[in-house]
Amino acid sequence: MSPSLRQLAAIKAVCFIACLGPLAQLAWLGFADGLGANPIEYITRHLGTWTLNFLLVTLAVTPLRHISGWHWLIRLRRMLGLYAFFYATLHFLTYIWLDQFFDWASIVKDIAKRPFITAGFTAFLLLIPLAATSNTAMVKRLGGRRWTQLHRSVYAIAIIGVIHYWWLVKKDITLPLLYAVLLGALLGFRALRLARERQRQMNAYL
Amino acid sequence: MLIKRRNDIAPSEITPRTLFEGRREFIKAASATVLAGAALYAGLPRRAWADSKFADLQKSPYSILETPNSLREITTYNNFVEFGFGGKSQPAERAGAMKTRPWTVRIEGLVQKPRTLAIEDILRIAPLEERIYRLRCVEGWSMVIPWVGFPLAALIKQVEPLGSAKFVEFITQMEPAAMPGLSLPYLDWPYTEGLRLDEALHPLTLMAVGLYGDVLPNQNGAPLRLVVPWKYGFKSGKSIVRIRFTDQQPQTSWHIAQPDEYGFYANVNPDVSHPRWSQEKERRIGEFFKRRTLPFNGYAEQVASLYAGMDLRKYY
Ligand code: HEM
Repeated sequence: MSPSLRQLAAIKAVCFIACLGPLAQLAWLGFADGLGANPIEYITRHLGTWTLNFLLVTLAVTPLRHISGWHWLIRLRRMLGLYAFFYATLHFLTYIWLDQFFDWASIVKDIAKRPFITAGFTAFLLLIPLAATSNTAMVKRLGGRRWTQLHRSVYAIAIIGVIHYWWLVKKDITLPLLYAVLLGALLGFRALRLARERQRQMNAYL
Repeated sequence: MLIKRRNDIAPSEITPRTLFEGRREFIKAASATVLAGAALYAGLPRRAWADSKFADLQKSPYSILETPNSLREITTYNNFVEFGFGGKSQPAERAGAMKTRPWTVRIEGLVQKPRTLAIEDILRIAPLEERIYRLRCVEGWSMVIPWVGFPLAALIKQVEPLGSAKFVEFITQMEPAAMPGLSLPYLDWPYTEGLRLDEALHPLTLMAVGLYGDVLPNQNGAPLRLVVPWKYGFKSGKSIVRIRFTDQQPQTSWHIAQPDEYGFYANVNPDVSHPRWSQEKERRIGEFFKRRTLPFNGYAEQVASLYAGMDLRKYY
């Protein structure tokens, strides 16, 4: 099954709007006084959670495509990845602006001293080149092969993102563990396919 | 002390801050506001015992003049890990299931007169006071809370500690059916805290039984909790069932779990960082800008002498 160009445009539009849902939810909660006693913490965490969710959803596209045979899913991947970057940027801005209020000395100290902030900041920095090279012109300029190599760093980014989460929880690692398992499955799928592909090539060669 | 029956008035929040500026008017004003706000608020603070409300509370010279946080803030943003490690709203959602009556507290160890006291008797030990204190959490946030309670020293006097008693250990409730956190292996249960005897006897150290003129909501540690305002919040054990006098420094729950992160003394100190974050600043709940954290949480004048000559970096 493959959607027509018009259908695909419609799917993209729906997806685009759905991805704004978590942001709209925040706005609504803010409006309805639903952010709890510590709204800044709530906002930071909500945006962090959705950054990680979008990273994992982006990484789920390829496995889903292979399992379902819906190859058009790949057409949504750039948007999902850019949304991950969008939420990461908001998450980072919340930290810089609402949490620290541009106290740069304190921010630099935090990044250097608090391992979970170091990890989050690293993941964010690594996302920037991916966002910057996401348009078609950049893919052409880099060449498909180099582009692919560069964008493989998203695996590392997701892993560092999970580590960031793992390090920041006080004691209960249930949720970070869940994310680690999901990410393991998504990366494991790729590793398995790669191993099978190698095997197939080897067999063909023999 | 007098306990007035309160019939079927539901407790509540949304008590405008401005009301509390005139604290003398507070108790009267609060009951009216409580009624008005009742309909608006779903997560009602869970009551400890029946519908009682304290009357004739004494004002205390130890109260600070800062504006208290709202009842809603104080009762929906809590750490009470027996009810879960998964977020500040869990205690408010879950603590209602805890039984707080009958409640007895066993006082034992190196004392002349060990005894088991019912909560009703504990309430009669000393006149109840309103004490408005700062509370600073080790996580970097703070509140101002109008407690109701009496000095722990009054309770200690009743049992006559022996000369050999040097420390006091506070052991808190375990009710597995109501406390899902107890099945998690993160802390050595029951949650145990401790003080040096001179810290326990300090007039600022409070046994709290209420909040905002009313009985303590379960999520805040009903029916009886410790409040040590110059130390990080985790030192102030909630829902206490046993108090033990010892000659050895007690092993305390968070210290056992992460000795480098949570010391026995845990005095609020902007100059000693938690290994994972700085303690220089704090976010007062309800405020946008962070404020500087004060040594001993602003109580240095009263308590710094307890630690004269001690290296506070070593004894964090
Ligand atoms: C790709 C990058 C990032 C990802 C995937 C990510 C993900 C997360 C997640 C999942 C949480 C926990 C949410 C929760 O508890 O429900 C979180 C919290 C947080 N993150 Fe990030 N994050 C990233 C980058 C950053 C950066 C760059 C910073 C700041 C420099 C940062 C600072 C924080 C802070 C301060 C918290 C809240 C901690 C707390 O409330 O105790 N993160 N992040």
